[in-house]
Parts: sequence; C-alpha cells; structure tokens
Amino acid sequence: MLSYLGRRSFHSLVSVLGLLTLVFFLTRLTGDPSALYLPLDSSIEARTAFARLNGLDQPIYWQFLQYLKDLLDLDFGQSLRQNRSAMEVALEAFPQTLKLAFVAMTLSTLLAVLVGSLAAARPGSRFDRIASIVSLGGASAPDFWIAIVGILIFAVGFELLPTSGTGGFAYWVMPVFVLMLRPFGLLVQVVRGTMLSALASPYIRTAHAKGMARRKIIFGHALRNSLLPVITVAGDLATGLINGAVVVETIFGWPGIGKLMIDSIIQRDFAVVQSTILVTAIAIFVLNIAIDLLYAALDPRIRY
Amino acid sequence: MSAARDIILDLKGLTVDFLSEEEPVRAVDSVSFQVRRGETLVILGESGSGKSVSTGTIMGLIDCPPGDIVAGTCSFDGMDLMCLDAEMRRDLNGRRIAMIFQDPLAYLNPVYTVGRQIAEVFESHGDAGEGSVRERVVKLLERVGIPDARKRADFYPHQFSGGQRQRVMIAMAIALKPDILIADEPTTALDVSVQAQILDLLRDLQRETGMAIIMITHDLEVAAAMADRVIVMNAGKIVEAGKAENVFQEPKHPYTRRLIEAVPHSRPAVERRRSAIQGEPLLRVKHLSKHYLLKAGFFAEKREFRAVDDVNFTLRRGETLGIVGESGSGKSSIARMLLRLNEPTAGKAFFAGEDIFKLEGPALGRFRRRVQMVFQDPFGSMNPRMDVRTIISEPWAIHPDILPRAQWAGRVVELLELVGLKPDHANRYPHQFSGGQRQRIAIARALASDPEMIVCDEAVSALDVSIQMQVVELLADLQRRLGLAYIFITHDLPIVRHFADRILVMKQGRVVEENETEALFASPQHEYTQALLQSVPRPKWLRGDAALQSTSEGAIQQG
Repeated sequence: MLSYLGRRSFHSLVSVLGLLTLVFFLTRLTGDPSALYLPLDSSIEARTAFARLNGLDQPIYWQFLQYLKDLLDLDFGQSLRQNRSAMEVALEAFPQTLKLAFVAMTLSTLLAVLVGSLAAARPGSRFDRIASIVSLGGASAPDFWIAIVGILIFAVGFELLPTSGTGGFAYWVMPVFVLMLRPFGLLVQVVRGTMLSALASPYIRTAHAKGMARRKIIFGHALRNSLLPVITVAGDLATGLINGAVVVETIFGWPGIGKLMIDSIIQRDFAVVQSTILVTAIAIFVLNIAIDLLYAALDPRIRY
Repeated sequence: MSAARDIILDLKGLTVDFLSEEEPVRAVDSVSFQVRRGETLVILGESGSGKSVSTGTIMGLIDCPPGDIVAGTCSFDGMDLMCLDAEMRRDLNGRRIAMIFQDPLAYLNPVYTVGRQIAEVFESHGDAGEGSVRERVVKLLERVGIPDARKRADFYPHQFSGGQRQRVMIAMAIALKPDILIADEPTTALDVSVQAQILDLLRDLQRETGMAIIMITHDLEVAAAMADRVIVMNAGKIVEAGKAENVFQEPKHPYTRRLIEAVPHSRPAVERRRSAIQGEPLLRVKHLSKHYLLKAGFFAEKREFRAVDDVNFTLRRGETLGIVGESGSGKSSIARMLLRLNEPTAGKAFFAGEDIFKLEGPALGRFRRRVQMVFQDPFGSMNPRMDVRTIISEPWAIHPDILPRAQWAGRVVELLELVGLKPDHANRYPHQFSGGQRQRIAIARALASDPEMIVCDEAVSALDVSIQMQVVELLADLQRRLGLAYIFITHDLPIVRHFADRILVMKQGRVVEENETEALFASPQHEYTQALLQSVPRPKWLRGDAALQSTSEGAIQQG
C-alpha cells in the first residue's frame, strides 16, 4: 500500500516535470510579453529594462534552469498582469473551479446512477427508452450552444437567472446544469450497461433463490458490483472538469482556473499559466490516487 | 403415514419453450415427477437435456421472456408454484425451497463478506430465531465445516478454496431449514476428494433436517452415490425413472444404457499398452522445477511457492502418459513449461535429444511445430471470428514450409475427416458447433503441423460423459495411426485409467507416485494415491444408508 503510493507519486512527479517543461517552452512561443505590457511607443531602453526585470533577457535554456531552481524554493514567479505571486493568483481561482466541478459531478453521478439502474431494471420499458434518448442527447449536445441558448432564454428572455458572475443560488443554476449534461449522459449509458450485465450474473440468481427483495437485489447486490466501471468513467470526466471547465467558465464569467488559464495565455502572463498547470496537474494526480483507493475500498479483490 | 402426505413437491406436465429469432425451442417437454420428504431425487442428463430448466422453474428463476412456460402445474405443500405473485415467491425462496449451484465463486457476490451474504437469508425472511444473526451465521459456518468460522465469516468469497465456497453456499441454503434443497451440479467444479466431502456433508445435513434433495448432475458416479430415485432426461424429456438401484443396474431405455456404458472403467484398453511402453524415448524431463516468489506485504519476507518441484519423467514415442492430481498440484505448470509458454526455474527437458529450454529462434519454431496442445475449453482457445478453415490452416500460415498454399483446402478436408467431422464444416464458425465437435476441431488444428507429441490439458473435462469417451477414442485412434505421444493431464481418474499407459500422480508440485496404469490402480503405493482412488464415490445402495431409513427419519422430524 505504502510502496504503491510511493511508486505512484514518483511516476506522477516525472510526468508533472515533463508537463512543466513542455508548458514552459510552449508559452514562450506565444510571443514577447513586453509587446503587450508596455505602451506601443515605449523606447528600446524601456523594453530592455522590462525584459531584464522579468528575466526575459537571458537565453531561454537559462530561463528554464532558473525556473526549475525557483520551483525548488517554492517560488512560482510573479504575475505580470496583477503584479503579485503567480501561485497566489492560481490558488485564488482554483477553489471556484473545484466547487463548480464538485457540485456538477456529484449531482450528475447520483442522478445517473439512479436513472441508469432503473432503466437497467426494466430494459425495453418506456422509462428505459426515455432515459436512453435523454442521456444520448445530454452526452452529445454541444455545451457552448446550450449555455448561450440558456442565457438567451432564462437570463435575457425571462430574466429569471443572471447571465454571468458568481453569487447566490441563482448564479449556480446554469453553469452547473450545462456542466452536468455530458457526465450525466455518458454515466447513464455506462450505469445501464454495467447494471444489465450485473443483473444477469450468477450471484443475482443466488439472491433471488435466497428470497431477497427485488429492490435490495438491484441496489444492494447489482449496483455495488457495477460501480467500478462507473467510477472509472466518472473519474475521467471529473478530471476534465477540474482541468478547467474552460468554455463554461468563460461563457458564464465564472472566475475559475479555466478562465484564468485562457486569460493568462492571451496576455502572455507566463508565470500564471505555469502555476495554473501545476495546480491542476497536482489536483488530477490526487484525484487519480483517490480513484484507485476507492477501487480497493469497493472491491475486496483489489489490493495494492 | 400415508404416501400422499409424504409428497412435498408434485410437478405435472411441465413444458417450457425458449423464444428465439426463428421458432421457439422446446427445452422441457411434458416433464412430471414427485419428490417425497427426506428423499434424494437425482435428475441425470447431459448438457442441454433440460434438467436445470426444470428445477429453475420450481424456484421461479427462469426469465420470461425468453423463457415461456407453456404448460404444467407444480404443487408444493398444497400451493401451486406456477401462480404465485412476486411477494409469495420471494417468501418461499430461501425459506422453504433453497438452491445451490455449480460454480460457487460466480454464485457468491464478490464484494460482500460471506457472513453478510448468509445473514441476508435471515434478514430477507424477517426470521427472529434465537440468538443474534451473527451468532447463527457463525454456527452455520461451523456446521458446514468451515474452520475458524468466527473469523472467516468476515472473509470474502475469493479468500476461500473451491470446496469451502460450496460449503458457504450450502450454509446459506440450509440457513432456514428448507423442505427442499435443489443442488445443481454442486460438485462438478471440484476435485474428487473435495467432491466426496461435499456429498458427505449434504447427506449428513439431509439426515439432520429431513429435507428433500433434488440433485442435478451429469456424473453417473455422483448420481449413484446420492440417489434414492433417479430420473434420466434427454432432449427435454424424461426417458427413464425409477429407484436408483434398478435404473443403474438394469437400465431399460437405450439412452440410459449408452450413458452407463460410457463410464470408462468398465473397459480398460489393455492391449494397446504393451507396445507403447517399449517405444524409444521421445521426451526426457530432468529435475524440472518452477518456483514463484510471493510477496505478502511491504515489510514481510518473500516466500517461495514451489508450483513444480523436481519432477522427472520420460515419455516414449506412441505412449500416453497420464498426469493426475488435484487443482494446484502443478500439472498445468508442467505443460506450460514443456511448450515453452513459461520458463522453468530449474531443470532440463530433452525432446528428441535437444534441450527444449535452450532452443531459440528458428530451432524453437521447429520445436513448436512438433509439439502441440489441446486445451480444456475449446471455445476459449479459438478465435470466434475465424472460420474452421482459417483456424486449422493457421499453422501453415505461420510455418510456410509445411504445406504449399494450393494444398491447404484439401488438407483441411482430410484433417476434418480424420477427426470425424464433415468437409463442409470448414466454412462454419466455432459457435456453430457443440462442445465435443469444437474439441475435435482443436485436435484437427493440433494435427495440422504433423506433431509428434500432443499435450492434452484437461482436454475432455468440460465435455459430457458420452462425448468424453468419443473424444478419447478419437485420440487413441489417432495415436495408433500416427504414432503420437500424449501427455494427458486430468483430474478424472476413470478416464485416465482407460486411456493412459503410465500415470504420474502429483501433489503440491511433486510426483508422489509413478507406475503403469493397471499396476497403479491395482496396488497404489503412496497414501495420497490411495486416498485419491478411494474418493471415487460409491453407490448409495451398496453403502447401506439407503433411502427408506433416511426417509422415515425425515418424516418423523418433520411430523
């Protein structure tokens, strides 16, 4: 168990380092920040001074080594745009994304498990057919389109919900709904499929032969065994959401890490881009470990 | 007591169809039988004979559709089981009629402890007996012979051996002392010695509780060991029924006679053996070992597990060497090493003078051609998307020098005829064949590269008795014609006695005894061999604890 965690951490460290290297060089391909941050008519001297101040006058490999050295000191650089620690900026935005992702994933998973189980309990029934159509629609609808149409109808048309921003319950409704569509749609299909095969398995016959109630057989015996593949898919989808629900956050002006990432790339705020990537990479690593541990908790045959 | 009051279950004219794309398939056709309190009724039949469907109907376990109960009544203690509503059915199952199945690992839920799964029986029936549920679960586990039951109740199914899992299933089934226990092939997946223990346990429990047992089996020895009365089913119909002794000793229906004659030990093939034992050595195995290192935990020391431990033997051309042992004894590990599928930890094996384990590249390719394997599950070992022609000709595609492509079609037909199939079978796919036919295809595939030795790993274990004999006869015939040498790995003693020239008995990776077949069976030297031979079940009517006695005891307890 401990050796497993150690091994996983080491592997993740290697991939995070690789990722940071890639991001470091890629961001520098987007252009020179001084072109954005200084007035158009500023002098060569001013530009050189800006570059020296931010360490941009050094050769790129030197900048990279400096970056790695700073990482060891837990110095993640300054945000050019906000003139404060880049990590501070990233960590301020991240909880907003986490909250949104958590609410959307929890709701869509719970709902999908319920709908998928009931559909699988009576395959071919009207409920099953409706569930199939709705989930397929949810999985395939383009979220940006739904988001914009939603704003048009509920915010602009009926003036029931705010168009964007954060605040009370009303601000959550549309972003959460739009984020839920895809996970809900995919998970209903996964739950239905795995439940169908679980319900056809021999231990379900045993449960019937024991005289257990049908409800307990479905939710106690079959569902518990169907959860592993559901968790695999749900974990993958959650990764996508943590990674920044870029489109949804941008459309609804949600101050999360996805929006921050896009803004920082556009504004060549290198240190912030690197910090957001580092934060999300660590979050995804933690999430994957959590999923592996959940496997072991749910299936006694799995041991690390 | 009157005979009528004794009858606990009365099935009349049961007819069940299974709906398919074309017309419905009749699985059970006008089947009627009665079960008396405390007796054991054995339903004997081969796969597809409708025996499991009949008993599934009693438990209400047939899914409709695709199942369709066309006709029939089934009265259980005055109730008609065919017109129960869901709640009445649920109440009856597990409390008055219980069931155990063939493969307890699949029939136990892998994610719950066995204790919890047994407790569910009590909880489902709101049974407030004496003592806590937990205590009753522990008592049940103790009763069915699980050692250290208090602790083991918190274990999961995969942490038990096959025999123990079946004991757990039995504990679950007898928890509420049902009137009828339906046992569907309960020992088919178990080793002989474990099988004997489970059958003993079932008989003991029957004496204690007076329950009736309906036992489904395809194994005539198990049937004889358990049955008071026997029903023989074939193709959905009852072909013969009666007292066990009568049916087994004076079978009336030709099908029953065929079944009984198919049991191998009635005619050992003696003449074939003399010649084989004098052949020249083809394979010499010296000090063959395979050890695995098991890691128990992070800090725990590595333990060594000896799957195969210093095994020596010689196989001659044209000879059949049987390797006998229970599961985990290392038989299959030997096979896998001899085929170079696994590497040995130590030892040498000389095939026609060459050390198998030193072969590389083209030499290894040539060796693989001369040694072939036939597996237990022919369906699993064939690509379902290849037709038979492609399956059989694959060795020629791999080794292009065996046969020019122009002759492939003709050779496939020859091989199919050699194994008793028809030329037009070449265009079909594996799922279109029966189990026995698939094993013939597997043999044809093995023959395609003109091997000198074939390793048969439980090659007939998954087949029905009558089919088993046909496949073994085919192997023997091929041996006579082609001079093949076989390593025949099995846990089935009657089959190996019939087919093998010499036998190795293995236990925990070691050879405990080696001898010529008749000598081994006539005077087993090692105590393990003796125990193994004794665990073949004996007919109930010869043991003296026969029907009437237990029936009357049962009736008294019930009454």
